[in-house]
Amino acid sequence: MAHEATHDQHDHHHAPQGFFQRWVMSTNHKDIGTLYLIFSLTMFFIGGSFAMVIRAELFKPGLDLVQPYFFNEMTTMHALVMIFGAIMPAFVGLGNWMIPLMIGAPDMALPRMNNLSFWILPFAFALMLSTLFLPGGGPAGGWTMYPPLSLQSGSLAYVVFSIHLMGISSIMGAINIIATILNMRAPGMDLLKMPVFVWSWLITAFLLIAVMPVLAGAVTMLLTDKYFGTSFFNPGGGGDPVLYQHVFWFFGHPEVYIMILPAFGIISEIVPTFARKPIFGYRAMVYAIACIAFLSFIVWAHHMFAVGLPLGADIFFMYATMLIAVPTGVKVFNWVATMWGGSMTFETPMLFAIAFIILFTIGGFSGLMLALVPADFQYHDTYFVVAHFHYVLVTGAAFAIMAATYYWLPKWTGHMYNEFWGKVHFWCSVVFVNVLFFPQHFLGLAGMPRRIPDYNVAFANFNMISSIGGFLFGASQLIFLGVVVHCAFFARKKAADRVWEGAKGLEWTVPSPAPHHTFEVPPVVRDEELAHGHVND
Amino acid sequence: MSQQHDIYYVPSKSQWPIVAAVVMFITVFGAAHWLNAEPGESGFGKTVITIGAIGILGMFFGWFRSVIKESLAGNYNHQVDTSFRMGMMWFIFSEVMFFGAFFGALFYIRNFSVPWLGGEGHGVLTHQYLYGAYSAAWGAAGGNGPLQVGGAFSVVQPWGLPLLNTLILLTSSVTVTIAHHALRAGHRGKILLFLGLTVLLGATFLYCQAHEYMEAYKELNLTLHSGVYGSTFFMLTGFHGLHVTLGTIMLAVIWCRVLKGHFNKEHHFGFEAVAWYWHFVDVVWLGLFLFVYIL
Ligand code: HEM
Ligand SMILES: [Cu+2]
Repeated sequence: MAHEATHDQHDHHHAPQGFFQRWVMSTNHKDIGTLYLIFSLTMFFIGGSFAMVIRAELFKPGLDLVQPYFFNEMTTMHALVMIFGAIMPAFVGLGNWMIPLMIGAPDMALPRMNNLSFWILPFAFALMLSTLFLPGGGPAGGWTMYPPLSLQSGSLAYVVFSIHLMGISSIMGAINIIATILNMRAPGMDLLKMPVFVWSWLITAFLLIAVMPVLAGAVTMLLTDKYFGTSFFNPGGGGDPVLYQHVFWFFGHPEVYIMILPAFGIISEIVPTFARKPIFGYRAMVYAIACIAFLSFIVWAHHMFAVGLPLGADIFFMYATMLIAVPTGVKVFNWVATMWGGSMTFETPMLFAIAFIILFTIGGFSGLMLALVPADFQYHDTYFVVAHFHYVLVTGAAFAIMAATYYWLPKWTGHMYNEFWGKVHFWCSVVFVNVLFFPQHFLGLAGMPRRIPDYNVAFANFNMISSIGGFLFGASQLIFLGVVVHCAFFARKKAADRVWEGAKGLEWTVPSPAPHHTFEVPPVVRDEELAHGHVND
Repeated sequence: MSQQHDIYYVPSKSQWPIVAAVVMFITVFGAAHWLNAEPGESGFGKTVITIGAIGILGMFFGWFRSVIKESLAGNYNHQVDTSFRMGMMWFIFSEVMFFGAFFGALFYIRNFSVPWLGGEGHGVLTHQYLYGAYSAAWGAAGGNGPLQVGGAFSVVQPWGLPLLNTLILLTSSVTVTIAHHALRAGHRGKILLFLGLTVLLGATFLYCQAHEYMEAYKELNLTLHSGVYGSTFFMLTGFHGLHVTLGTIMLAVIWCRVLKGHFNKEHHFGFEAVAWYWHFVDVVWLGLFLFVYIL
């Protein structure tokens, strides 16, 4: 078998390339990662503008600004854009950039497929967003697309096909990540010496391959029920609308972990760096991720307690759900133990990481409250659920992505971002996000339903507070944009190769900015360089 | 696994990914437009789908051709081969999960939703208020639900064509394995014979299935509209048939490549990938035969 040099000749050491060649035909994990991140940031602002419409309408009771149907389009599109367009592609972008650097690989295992995974996304979202301009309007039945409501939407076919496209993109991306991690590690980079971020992506990729096809199946059944006369969700024909919810949430719950496991990985990189201590309980961290991934397959019906499941099912899913708190707790305690006794400094990435740990834990606690069947009968479909998942997704997933951006931006661009403005961004975000979402807990407990454009005057005060928080949080993200753009194009201060004093791992051994091609020859991995080089001792 | 190379291989830039993204977009855009067109409206949907579909075929042709060229040029080392293998295995796993969604739906409907509609256990109220006259049953006796959606129908008997199809697919799994062994032993004639047989068996299967569908529609009144029985029957067997079609085409392509001498004893990932795929399609069929036809 040919092990000898089979390097490609056309591509390398040919510095000047056309713009189109470089960005559209790329096989370079860094360029593709950058594309993913730019796409994600764009979607973050598009989805964010939808959220501004929602909060503006909810600023005070009454229908002041938008039509109810448009409001529902906004809640639906906001969620779809944020989940599939902002959070997931951001993690894939980070994985693309960092995984090869962290394991000493020259690129992803299947670079062309990598490019396809990315380029599907802009088209998929063009298809989905175009429905807003169709005569019949966009989807408005919620991102969960429950039948029979979603079947009434004229644009269902567009949404279903765009979800198919995103699914194909995610599956290919995940296959690529698994093949990269399993097949492209530099000699000496044993599985149990890999950075936790790489581990978290390995397991996330497995989840993606396991559940994205199930989502495809669920929406395909919607499509055939609407357009081809099948009866999957029609009781008259022997079907059951609740079947959709089962299939959807079999995808949906692992999906929420797809959006948080890479965040766990990021936090597990950042905390040790700024505490200048190895992570506490490396193996426990890895096993906890695996354990969470396993459990995520057997808890889906906690989203359906209120549909009237058989009692046995209610009880099983309640206890299974509460079990997830155990490995999640292991992670939180280990992060805290990592900081304990460390010599900590508080640069922007660390600030976001600490905020993550605290605020994500709040989201975990409200999750536990929702997991209690009798309590969930009351909380379900109220603003309490909205508060819960925004704590885990905004102060969880999105904060981790911001932390990662500040952490690795100097490595990507070769320049330090502006620490002062980074901190301003952090403090604005962390304050306003709580103004935005904390009152929603109380609204929910008091019984305000989610996904409605108008509400009882009794809820007026907290809604106004929440909306003000929302506008300010939205505005704070412009600072983020400013810091990133400044760092990429205008910053002067050169970044060192090892950007952060306490940082360990292969990615810090390459120059800043990381050259177009790294590790063309497998690096010699020395355990002292790795954050977890000695776990096996 | 990752230790046996001294330099990595990274492929050159390629236009095919962006072409693929564009043609996929054109196809689904056309399909969505077509589905959304008002009843009387002609619309351009179908034309667009056709353009997209031709584009997809062209894209596959072009992309694979360039990959085959690189492979024949000896560009791909052992590590690349392993990446390809992993890619194919995980792709098949994703397909398993896709079928899993539909099998899961079938199990749920048979074990829960239909009995509940008949008044058993949990669904007693739905039954009382809406469908008092319905007694739960599967197949022709009640598989199209309380409203008899699609009208009375009869089911396809398992021990005729479906059994034949089972035997055909099982045989084809054997023939493709023989071809694989022949490939490893380097007997070209034997490979061509048995791989060719596999292609023929696949085609025969498809012919029988088309025949079965026609009979179902014309004589049994079993259609996609026959309540949830018809939905699960046609969606499961239909998606499977689609996969057999793809598999057969891929096998035929591999046959041509064997003819051209593209494979040798060590280097034949393309062949193995298709063989795995074929076994996967075979196993899915066994599930279908058991759960859709027999039980
Ligand atoms: C300790 C961990 C967690 C528990 C026990 C938990 C529990 C729950 C429960 C019971 C619900 C359903 C509430 C209802 O609809 O009545 C729910 C909803 C939700 N959770 Fe969690 N959760 C946890 C962590 C997470 C994480 C990590 C994420 C995402 C990063 C997440 C995202 C969501 C989302 C998006 C919804 C709402 C889905 C919808 O209806 O639109 N949860 N959670
Ligand atoms: Cu859940």
